[in-house]
Amino acid sequence: MAAEAKVDPMHQFAIQPMFGTEHWSVAGFNIAFTNSALWMLISAVALYAFMLGGMKRELVPGRWQMMVESMTGFIENMLTANIGKEGRKYLPYVFSLFMFILFANLLGLLPLGLVGIHPFTFTSHFTATGVLAILSFGIVLVVGFWKHGLHFFSLFVPHGTPLPMIPLIFVIELVSFLVRPFSLGLRLFVAMMAGHVLLEVLSSFVIGGANAGVFFMGLVSIPSFILMVAICALEILVAGIQAYVFALLTSLYINDAEHLH
Amino acid sequence: MPQISQLAATYSSQIFWMLLIFGAVFFLVGRGMAPRVIETMEGRDQRISADLSAAEAARRDADAQDDAWKASAAKQRGEAQALIAAAKAEAAKSTEVRLGASSAEAEVRVAEAEARIAAARDGALAEIETVAADAAADIAARVAGLTVPADAARAAVKDVLHG
Repeated sequence: MAAEAKVDPMHQFAIQPMFGTEHWSVAGFNIAFTNSALWMLISAVALYAFMLGGMKRELVPGRWQMMVESMTGFIENMLTANIGKEGRKYLPYVFSLFMFILFANLLGLLPLGLVGIHPFTFTSHFTATGVLAILSFGIVLVVGFWKHGLHFFSLFVPHGTPLPMIPLIFVIELVSFLVRPFSLGLRLFVAMMAGHVLLEVLSSFVIGGANAGVFFMGLVSIPSFILMVAICALEILVAGIQAYVFALLTSLYINDAEHLH
Repeated sequence: MPQISQLAATYSSQIFWMLLIFGAVFFLVGRGMAPRVIETMEGRDQRISADLSAAEAARRDADAQDDAWKASAAKQRGEAQALIAAAKAEAAKSTEVRLGASSAEAEVRVAEAEARIAAARDGALAEIETVAADAAADIAARVAGLTVPADAARAAVKDVLHG
């Protein structure tokens, strides 16, 4: 017991292939079905089930329909507030993005370890968040160049920039624009990973303190445990906030592409 | 950090499954369900505003009907009062006329009756004079043995009667 009490805070992020390791490949790239893919699938199925409960389309909504409608209405309001009436056509994408990330973050926090299932938070992998970030960035580029053509580059020159400053400002704005997909993807990945690592480190304190005797249990384990409870609540908040930030920034970037400045 | 140490081995699988599953989410949930949820909400909002405006219209209609009813009621009341007043005036006038006619008739009949009374009285007086003259002549003949001519007796009675 004492030998196994060592907690590796990084182990929770390890990707374990489940099946298809050797044979599944597309154009030479391995596409093994991993625990990460499994939790993507679980998130998707949970999201589908959640939405299905709200598809009764009654005139007077029940509680479940009310939940689904308030989520949808929340994203719709955000899009209308940030983009305007053109924002409606991005509802499918931004809504999917928000809900998928939210479900992934929340499902990854479930204490299923108690029953022997280890939740995997795929949003703590930049390979996963990077795909979403690049998708958002790709949509911004496509919309921008589709709507404005090469005029889209005027996004990098704010109004009222003095003429001699234009080359410098252009470069700065271009760099800040190109950093967007990285900041978008890394923010989510870092926030999720940090919280999970923190919980794991504190849990190792709890176990280590308890193993070291009653004195250390009182000194270390109990305060750490109380802190863990508080941080769990914080992590639930962060799960929502990070999903919201991702969707909000995506809609702000799309607004840039729709309206330039 | 498995995210980096496993990067080479897992990136293709991560990207593939992410695209596949998020794509499925986008098409099923994002395109399939979310717009219908929004549609339901909009339908409800429209229904509510339509119901509200229908109620507002019905209220205005009811107000207008109420006003019209009040106006017609007032008009009818006015007409009824005019009718009553006219009838009253008519009745008063005809009463007056009939009262005048019957009082005139009554006066005529009173005058006739008075004339008849006067005539009767005159007749009675004349009779009394004759009777008194006869009686006086009779008394004079019996008491004094005088034969008084009828004319003298009548003159004497007349004298006494009329002072």
